[in-house]
Amino acid sequence: MALDAFAPWEDPTAKPLIQFQNVTKRFGDFTAIDTLNIDIFEREFFALLGPSGCGKTTMMRMLAGFETPTEGSILLAGQDIAPVPPNKRAVNMMFQSYALFPHLSIWENIAFGLRRDRLPKDQIAARVEEMLRLTRLEKFASRKPHQISGGQRQRVALARSLAKAPKLLLLDEPLGALDKKLRQETQFELMDIQEKTGTTFVIVTHDQEEAMTVASRVAVMDHGQIIQVATPDVIYEAPNSTYVADFIGEVNLITGKADPKGDALHMHWAEAQPAIVGAPLEGAQAGQELHYAIRPEKVSISAEKPTDAANAVQGKVLDIAYLGNISTYHVELAGGQIIKAQAANSRRISRRAFTWEDDVWLSWTATAGVFLER
Amino acid sequence: MRRLLIVIPYVWLLALFIVPFLIVFKISLSDTAIAIPPYTPTLDVSAGFGAIRDFFLELDWENYIWLTEDDLYWKAYLSSLKIALISTFLTLLVGYPIAYGMARAPEEWRAMLFMLVILPFWTSFLIRVYSWMGILSQEGYLNQFLLSIGVISEPLVILNTNIAVYIGIVYTYLPFMILPIYAALEKLDISLLEAAEDLGCSRFSAFWLITVPLSKQGIIAGSFLVFIPTIGEFVIPSLLGGSRTLMIGKVLWEEFFSNRDWPVASAVAVVLLLILIIPIVLFQRNEQKQREAGK
Repeated sequence: MALDAFAPWEDPTAKPLIQFQNVTKRFGDFTAIDTLNIDIFEREFFALLGPSGCGKTTMMRMLAGFETPTEGSILLAGQDIAPVPPNKRAVNMMFQSYALFPHLSIWENIAFGLRRDRLPKDQIAARVEEMLRLTRLEKFASRKPHQISGGQRQRVALARSLAKAPKLLLLDEPLGALDKKLRQETQFELMDIQEKTGTTFVIVTHDQEEAMTVASRVAVMDHGQIIQVATPDVIYEAPNSTYVADFIGEVNLITGKADPKGDALHMHWAEAQPAIVGAPLEGAQAGQELHYAIRPEKVSISAEKPTDAANAVQGKVLDIAYLGNISTYHVELAGGQIIKAQAANSRRISRRAFTWEDDVWLSWTATAGVFLER
Repeated sequence: MRRLLIVIPYVWLLALFIVPFLIVFKISLSDTAIAIPPYTPTLDVSAGFGAIRDFFLELDWENYIWLTEDDLYWKAYLSSLKIALISTFLTLLVGYPIAYGMARAPEEWRAMLFMLVILPFWTSFLIRVYSWMGILSQEGYLNQFLLSIGVISEPLVILNTNIAVYIGIVYTYLPFMILPIYAALEKLDISLLEAAEDLGCSRFSAFWLITVPLSKQGIIAGSFLVFIPTIGEFVIPSLLGGSRTLMIGKVLWEEFFSNRDWPVASAVAVVLLLILIIPIVLFQRNEQKQREAGK
């Protein structure tokens, strides 16, 4: 069985479930979404990631039907959904606040949507029981929302929004109210449920770890625009801009001038420092301003100058952030530039090789970082 | 210190409720007399133990028995209950949309709307009821207006009917209905309504299934706040109502001041209080429930 079979976005014949076509949304003078185009495919777990105010919640509310696009159209399975009111859409939403009905029991909360469809009683009961089993809430069916814990409430909200078997489930910061441990557990639970039900999930989050963990693809947003859409590993390893590189995880950013040399691209970035050597960037002209992004964990730290590394610079340890499993060394180079390097703490802390004020060498391979135009 | 804090409300209750109640209760067991005060016996503690015993022997339940014999009284009680129920319902009908509108108004308007609701309290209640006479009478503003726009050809008789009483009660007690409902609706999370819509509700059914149940406590509180004082209402029926408007508050007043029969008037008052205990206890229970739900 192929492990990487699910990638409909690479298949030109695949029909997307949702299409945003030149969608713009304005609130008065404020443009929340700016001529946005995106395709989301069936069974995807799609994450919208960005800082608050970037328009991700507006996108979700347009999908749910609480907002209509000012310009452009949104297609669900090929149909323009603009004229369809929220209560007629095959789309359900899990609210950030969960929005559980406080006067109804857990059972009645989950049954709420099914009852609106006027399904027969036994079908409703069967479906609610199924949802309770899926979210492991059988024991709490008769309780009221204020009688259960935050994590359980989160599962009720999920069960309620999944009960109607929507084509598309929207999750607005679904794990925001949970503490870190519970959040991590719930992330896997969410993925599990998504796989079991085969529902398309669109999740809005500002937590990059959450997006990376759960999503099949991540869209990084800023100021109403999508900056990059890609699988989590591409977003991390090959960001298309310094914004994406900086938003996801930790990164060292160095600015300099391009100098293409045969197969490799060199970048001059400081007097008296060797040029950075990396994989070529298409269309980079000699003398053009470039950015170089490299992740701290791809930078090695050593006492002696390594002989075989494509890039090696000398500096002094300025700061050490000890995180238990790893340490991040902040190393100041001769020109004042600070480079972060991460090393696994394979030895106990008392036997750490480097300490403050030590002279060290930082090195990395030619393929470790990426050159970026913006 | 803590004991003192507990004592204060009890002293308050004793001085302002229990003592006056006992005095009224005592008078209700007395007989009417042409004297000052107009009843007998009167308690003279200085005359010794024998006099006090004689005093208690002279008290009887005669006045209460009288209340059951003359059908005026139970008819007045029933009519008061009916008027109170109908006007509570009407007040709810008028007050709910106002409270709803206030709770949905932009945040910066709410303080002003709130002010407008309580603004009438700045004027004397009596003057406000009198001014309704000016509006509702046959030559009043309402009839003049309706005649001038041609809706009616003859002035309507509103004043001195039960309709005028309902108008007066709804007008007077409206803020007591609006404020608790507003308090309940303001707390309502809009995302609950969005969630209901998302799950297939129309706007209207979301209102019935979510908004109304979640403002239930406010509706109950407001209804009691209107219902309880309306039963004993005296000013509104006597100013706006006609001779056929029968309310126990009016009967009480007449027994007291026209008839000068203090003992019967006191008996009427005690029975009224007993009738009111039921809704007051229910009201308290509702408040308690609300507090528990708020925890």
